[in-house]
Amino acid sequence: MADTKKEHELIVTVSPHIKDEETTSRIMWSVNLSLLPAVLMGAYFFGPKAVFTMALSIISAVLSEYIYQKALNKKVAINDGSAFLTGLLLGMNLPASVPFYIPIIGSAVAIVITKQLFGGLGFNVFNPALIGRAFLLISFPKLMTIWTQPDAAFVYLDAKTTATPLGILKEEGISKLIEIFGDKMNLYVELLKGHRAGSIGETSAIALLIGAAFLLYKRYITWHIPVSFLGTATLIAYIFGGKSAETGKMILFAGDPVLHLISGGLILGAFFMATDYVTCPSVKKGQILFGIGCGFLTMLIRIKGGFPEGVMFAILIMNCFAPLIDRGFKSRVFGAVKIKESKK
Amino acid sequence: MALATFKGGVHPPDKKELAKNEPIKEAKSPQRVLIPLSQHLGAPCKSIVSIGQEVKKGEMIGEAGGFVSAPVHSSVSGKVIAIGDFPNAMGKMVTSIVIENDGKEEWTNIKDNPDYIKLSPEELKEKIKAAGIVGMGGAAFPTLVKLSPPKEKPIDTVIINGAECEPYLTADYRLMIEKPKEIIEGLKILMKVLNVNKGFVGIEDNKPDAVQKMKEAAKNEPNIEVLALEVKYPQGAEKMLIRAVTGREVPPRGLPMDVSVVVQNVGTALAVYEAARYGKPLIERVVTVTGEGINRPANLMVKVGTLVSDLIEQCGGLKNTAGKVISGGPMMGFALSSLDTPVTKGTSGILALPEEGIAHAEDFGPCIRCGRCIDICAMGLMPSMLSILSERGFYEDAKEYNLFDCFECGSCAFVCPSKRPIVQLIRLAKSLVKP
Ligand code: SF4
Ligand code: SF4
Repeated sequence: MADTKKEHELIVTVSPHIKDEETTSRIMWSVNLSLLPAVLMGAYFFGPKAVFTMALSIISAVLSEYIYQKALNKKVAINDGSAFLTGLLLGMNLPASVPFYIPIIGSAVAIVITKQLFGGLGFNVFNPALIGRAFLLISFPKLMTIWTQPDAAFVYLDAKTTATPLGILKEEGISKLIEIFGDKMNLYVELLKGHRAGSIGETSAIALLIGAAFLLYKRYITWHIPVSFLGTATLIAYIFGGKSAETGKMILFAGDPVLHLISGGLILGAFFMATDYVTCPSVKKGQILFGIGCGFLTMLIRIKGGFPEGVMFAILIMNCFAPLIDRGFKSRVFGAVKIKESKK
Repeated sequence: MALATFKGGVHPPDKKELAKNEPIKEAKSPQRVLIPLSQHLGAPCKSIVSIGQEVKKGEMIGEAGGFVSAPVHSSVSGKVIAIGDFPNAMGKMVTSIVIENDGKEEWTNIKDNPDYIKLSPEELKEKIKAAGIVGMGGAAFPTLVKLSPPKEKPIDTVIINGAECEPYLTADYRLMIEKPKEIIEGLKILMKVLNVNKGFVGIEDNKPDAVQKMKEAAKNEPNIEVLALEVKYPQGAEKMLIRAVTGREVPPRGLPMDVSVVVQNVGTALAVYEAARYGKPLIERVVTVTGEGINRPANLMVKVGTLVSDLIEQCGGLKNTAGKVISGGPMMGFALSSLDTPVTKGTSGILALPEEGIAHAEDFGPCIRCGRCIDICAMGLMPSMLSILSERGFYEDAKEYNLFDCFECGSCAFVCPSKRPIVQLIRLAKSLVKP
């Protein structure tokens, strides 16, 4: 039996002996891929500067991960796509006009402080990209809120600046927005396309939704967080989002939820940031609570807080509660409830 | 109509096509057999033979070592040539008896008694006891014990487990195709012994022809129902099967009898029938020899004590690409370190997997908390937490996450994208703390 296997070559490992083909890196790279449509739209509206910013952010993130893992003699895991994803998400969350050192610093903070110092992939409490952005917003508040006109595409130097739709909504109300965009229909259409001021990757609702549909279809994310997040935000926007044009006082049940959904970072946040496996609860019921919390805090900040946008802080705050939520929603052991019932 | 099922579960590729259409063939009678005295859960047997003694086929060579135990019998006629410790499939040393086969296949007294169904429950039980029957689905729990529930746990239902949810394996499938009548008879005997009038056969829906055959065989039995179940691993786990068939949930760490059910595997039902009718002890069983690493997959009727190496040789040997040989199925079976391991009453399959694609133990990543394992754990546990706590050495804390409710079905480790050895970590924790 020349071509039979030698016995001593047998591999002995613990069951199960077959594994699903899904891998961590395949998931991460798929999420990266799902962001491509939004990246393209961002590049289209904000020009080469936007591409440059996102590229720097990615390079800095991957490099930071590499250097950290090398320096500490850990296994270098940049191929798993997670550092790339952090860099990409951070880049998408920046205004196109930021100077080159902003994405570099942001990604380094995201990777080294938020992720690696907590123990690396899987152990971080906060979403790294969001911490990177929060750090930048606090350290460079001016630079981080200069929004170029989306018409600046390919007009590299002469970019005009403007306020974001959410900023306008907060300061001047919906009538001003309609005035700028012509009529309400046009406003919606332009917002859906992403033809508006904002962070590079957050503006095009359509492009983001295409990516989200891909993730849902592949079951890389489930509906629980996005639906509860956006649903809560919609409800609150409708109830408390209305304002009287003359007095600026709140009018109940007069808000425009669609406007809230597509004029800021809600879509990007709800589908791509809040769903980060590591920093959201892993139990489905807990995810719903998590999403409701995110939606509530987002709208609280938008309507009552000092910033026009609240997605980032909302998710970061809820990140803290994720482990607690998981503990609270520990799943029912098979057969457990029935016991109690029969004892009664 | 939605098929009966349970919550959770996974869908590994079923790979049954490799051996599915191979009718059960008698395996070559080996030159010698190595029969372990402990092939079941519970107390090992005591040898009642000595070296040099002649034994007949079907002769008892080890007597039950206690209530939770089952006698073992010689599967060949010949001479006892050694009694000593040999490794079993799990690599544990167990006292075993080696018998040189004289090739005469001489039986001890075996009589056909076509009126077996008229025997009293007590007489039937005696026959099952004498035949050394154990659960043949893998765990090898002595059947007699299941048939002797304490008074305060009345039984009202018997379920025959034909789910065969482990990928690759087709032994039970072949039995259902080839011996449906006998299996139904076995079920009737079990129902009589337990004095119940509700019997089920649960079969995964990927075996429609088996469902058909069993339905035909049971067509004149108003008390027996053949059910198609959703195809989902671990559908054949006792608790999941009971849930799917009856809607009852066995309480955590409870037994099927807590919900008045007894579950027996298809092969066991056949053995019960043969014991009741012919007085034939459990000395052979169907073993699926399969996998991409084997040259000629087959379903063989194998004498207990036959070495795995003999079976592999009969099936054309291992392919060069084979990297791992498993006793049992790919989800819960044991990887063999030596092919000179005997087939026992609980061996449902010998599986040779190709080296390519075998996950190597060191190649795992951190838990990314994707929640997949939580969604699919049929026991409703949080395998991610269990694995993390065990990895960090917090074995006691793992108990708060219901460590001991895990029955090591392997679904969690199967779906984990980080390829974490969750079952291994859970076993480690279990071995280091008390329940
Ligand atoms: S934790 Fe245990 S019972 Fe649950 S899927 Fe994993 S091995 Fe199966
Ligand atoms: S499947 Fe693996 S990575 Fe995902 S939560 Fe479970 S243990 Fe963690």
